[in-house]
Amino acid sequence: MQHPAMALDAVTTRGGFLLVLSIMVPVAGVLLAFVVGGRHIERIAFAIVLLGLAIAAAILAILRYSDGPLVYLLGAWAPPLGVALRADGLSAVMMMATAVVICAVGIFAGPDFRPGATESRAPTTFWILLLAIWGALNTIFLGGDLFTLYVALELVTFAAVPLVSLDGRAETLRAALRYLLFALVGSVLYLLGTTLLYGLYGTLDIVLLSHRIRAEPVTLVAAASMTTGLLAKTALFPLHLWLPPAHAGAPAAGSAILSGLVVKGSFFIIVRLWFQVMPGLPGFAATQLLAALGGAAIVFGSVVALRQERLKLLIAYSTLAQIGYLFLMFPLALNASGRLESGGALAGGLLQAVSHATAKAAMFMAAGSIYTLLGQDRIAGLGNLWRVLPMSVLAFTLGGVALMGIQPSGAYLAKELLLQAATETEQWWWAVVLQAGGIFTGAYVLLVLAHMLAPANEPIALGGPAPRIQEAAALALALFSLSLGLVPWEPYLSIPQGMPSNPFGPAALSKSLLTILGGAVMAILLGRWRHPFANSIFWKALAVVVDPVRRASELLQRVDDILREWPAAGISLLMLALLFGASMLMAL
Amino acid sequence: MTDTTVFGLCAAAVVGLGLYGMITNPQPLRKIVAFNLLGSGVFLLFGVVGRRGAAAGFGNDPVPQALVITGIVVAFSATALAIGLLLRLFRSAGSATLRSGAQTSAGIGPSGD
Amino acid sequence: MTFATILEMVLAAVVLGLGVWTIAARQTYAATVGFVAYGLLVPLVWVRLDAVDVALTEAAIGGGLGGVLLLGAAAQLRATEMASAAETPGKIVRLSAAGLSVIIAAALATAVLLLPDPAPTLAPAAVANASATGLANPVTNVLMAFRAMDTMLEKVVLLLAIVGVWSLASDRAWGGHPGPRHQADPRGALAFLARLLPPVGIVVGIYIFWTGADHPGGAFQGGAILAAMWFLVIMAGLTDTPPVGSRWLRLVLTAGPGVFLVVGLSGLCFGLAFLAYPPSLAKPVILGIEVAMVLTIAVTLGLLLAGAPERSAQR
Repeated sequence: MQHPAMALDAVTTRGGFLLVLSIMVPVAGVLLAFVVGGRHIERIAFAIVLLGLAIAAAILAILRYSDGPLVYLLGAWAPPLGVALRADGLSAVMMMATAVVICAVGIFAGPDFRPGATESRAPTTFWILLLAIWGALNTIFLGGDLFTLYVALELVTFAAVPLVSLDGRAETLRAALRYLLFALVGSVLYLLGTTLLYGLYGTLDIVLLSHRIRAEPVTLVAAASMTTGLLAKTALFPLHLWLPPAHAGAPAAGSAILSGLVVKGSFFIIVRLWFQVMPGLPGFAATQLLAALGGAAIVFGSVVALRQERLKLLIAYSTLAQIGYLFLMFPLALNASGRLESGGALAGGLLQAVSHATAKAAMFMAAGSIYTLLGQDRIAGLGNLWRVLPMSVLAFTLGGVALMGIQPSGAYLAKELLLQAATETEQWWWAVVLQAGGIFTGAYVLLVLAHMLAPANEPIALGGPAPRIQEAAALALALFSLSLGLVPWEPYLSIPQGMPSNPFGPAALSKSLLTILGGAVMAILLGRWRHPFANSIFWKALAVVVDPVRRASELLQRVDDILREWPAAGISLLMLALLFGASMLMAL
Repeated sequence: MTDTTVFGLCAAAVVGLGLYGMITNPQPLRKIVAFNLLGSGVFLLFGVVGRRGAAAGFGNDPVPQALVITGIVVAFSATALAIGLLLRLFRSAGSATLRSGAQTSAGIGPSGD
Repeated sequence: MTFATILEMVLAAVVLGLGVWTIAARQTYAATVGFVAYGLLVPLVWVRLDAVDVALTEAAIGGGLGGVLLLGAAAQLRATEMASAAETPGKIVRLSAAGLSVIIAAALATAVLLLPDPAPTLAPAAVANASATGLANPVTNVLMAFRAMDTMLEKVVLLLAIVGVWSLASDRAWGGHPGPRHQADPRGALAFLARLLPPVGIVVGIYIFWTGADHPGGAFQGGAILAAMWFLVIMAGLTDTPPVGSRWLRLVLTAGPGVFLVVGLSGLCFGLAFLAYPPSLAKPVILGIEVAMVLTIAVTLGLLLAGAPERSAQR
């Protein structure tokens, strides 16, 4: 089937040079920061951040008025020999979200990583890594060639790993090493797939591959290998062994970038692979497998999050659950002939990614401010925090509310889109999972909120004062995430007409109320805290219901502990690769 | 049995060996060695693909060769970073295990030496 | 079955045997030595596959420099042998991992056998467009012209690896000298080699880099040899590693990607495309970029071998 715009794809479009700049400006920043470094590094970083933000906005503006994606042929060589950069609606949206999050994190990180009179280790490293991650992510969003995506993926990993071990403690070093090794297995599996694809079709260009690809066994082996490798880098259940310690051990600004942005990179490549390179290939079984893993991630991540004692670990496990959420869109995007189409479900998935990026970054930043003040982040010790750090408490709450899918957040719009797709494709079971996901998210958000609002002695401030600008940055980002549902996404994402249907109407509000209530119930059932009902007779009478539920959640945590041992995760990796291959074979 | 078949099967076997080594060997250093083996196997596969694409007077398609050269450099950088982390972990904690919650000896903090 | 095929099968068998030894050997040091031997035989496979550029790179970087890195680490980690042996997973885990790996290898082998014939290739396209750069080595053409973006990104990857390794220093040692101060017996073999080999090695390295324009070779291979010579001199204690805070060092490390970026952006400014070369000036511009690249690669690879800063710059 000839793509109608194929002729257009082989030509550099107007404004295409902006694509190059969006990658090269952060790279130039890295080089400049490395050479000049020292006292000026923060100023260099800020200049680059502002410039990059402007470029992302310009790309959004130009894309709106061009028909078809922006294309740039690097070196004026056309694929298959050369490499092209392409920006469609998905790329532009992700780039803008990345730019906004980097900007907010940059403002947040200013007080933490202020360079001194002479060059010191942590600030220099942090700012260089920040810019490098940004440039690499932009390359991922724009890259039109599978091998360029591989190099960009490696660049993201190399920049993300030292962020984890930035404070130099043994646990973070261990977490960083585990992250690096597992991510390397992932990238090798991805490279394996590209090898086979080149052997079959003689090109690695995404658009050309989409024309030439046929459903044959070798292609399936390649697809299974690449998907599994990318899932290992995205930490989808059960390949999540590296994520909780890594994201919890990094400094607050680092965790915000790692959770918010880095995992979205490999996720984006999976989207490109499944939706653009081989839309007809995966078939029903493979998409169900992927979403089933996502559902399992939601359950495991949320339940284990509820049982955490430290705030940063809770937020890290919440990331696990939200990553699972991202993969629910795949079976919902199948059209009648078994092909993945870029419709409402894809828009919902991307919106969920953007919402999570912004909200999670805000939550980690708020947790960072809390840690700065208290000197520790035990959840039990958060009592009465709302008096001491009202802005951070508000930022955390709004971020959590945005994640729960309360209107008018981006996650609310995403959930509506996915629910509509579930109705259209008659996969009601995913609708149940979607609703449950909101409730699960609400559970741990409300748990933390309850602790922060609970009356207690003033929290003992072992650390120093939390700078106001850090709290402000977190709050601004959380508000941004909460209002994403009101942004007009139509030029960039294909949102069906009439969505969202009256977000503030009674039906929508009652759904949100249900989410909040369900979350509260779950938090009371599964959380390890002394809630107001603990001593009442009513509670003791319910013990017959509550105890099995609690035992089940303990079991889940133990299973999670086993799965996060290296041999178990490795075996899951191999099994998953084979399962994907087998399920794609079924669709042949 | 052409040379591409022989080396292709050899590459597949090396990939399997590398995967096994990475999963079962508890020592991080041997995981790194297994990763290098795995990478080398995938590169060999690329070489086989390029050899099959011999044309226009060249014995091997130049594009996969260029990709493999890039890949070798990236793999070396990864090895260097991983070994740096491993040695630093060993000096900090006195043990080189990936198991979380491991007993650490009197550690050396970030501001120490 | 020609003699050549039998030879290849023997070579493949030996390579595979070394691979098995690497995974199965009990002692880490023995396994690492096995891997170095593997890394030195694989280039022979590459030569049989008619990819001499890759053979040079694999020998220099994969087997050579990688081997140094791994052997050095294995020697330092000898003390952890006992503790790690206690952590070996149980029989069931190993059997299932083995079974799954076998299935995956078999799937891969089947895939290799099922690759199409005639195979798709970009060799004719590479040859047809070679006139744009005037270089005769098609691999160099692909690396520096057709897929220059990948090469440029890869230089940034190298820089990031350096930043990552340096970030592992303690705060006190930041800006100082990487690695310990090596001492070698001035009358021993190492010091002797460190005086004998570098002049030869530097000439060989520069030659391999320079000839990469038209024959197998190039910046990566030449740079790796130069890095090895430099590190040999460091290991023998004849010179010290440079302090990482030195401005000159930082400039050299960013020269490669920096020159690449400047050339690319000037292509953008002067009406061509990013990373496009003016047809008449293509060869000198590419060679200029490669000179910067060789310097950067040599110093980067050498510093990656040296490790994180350990000794503070102030004495």
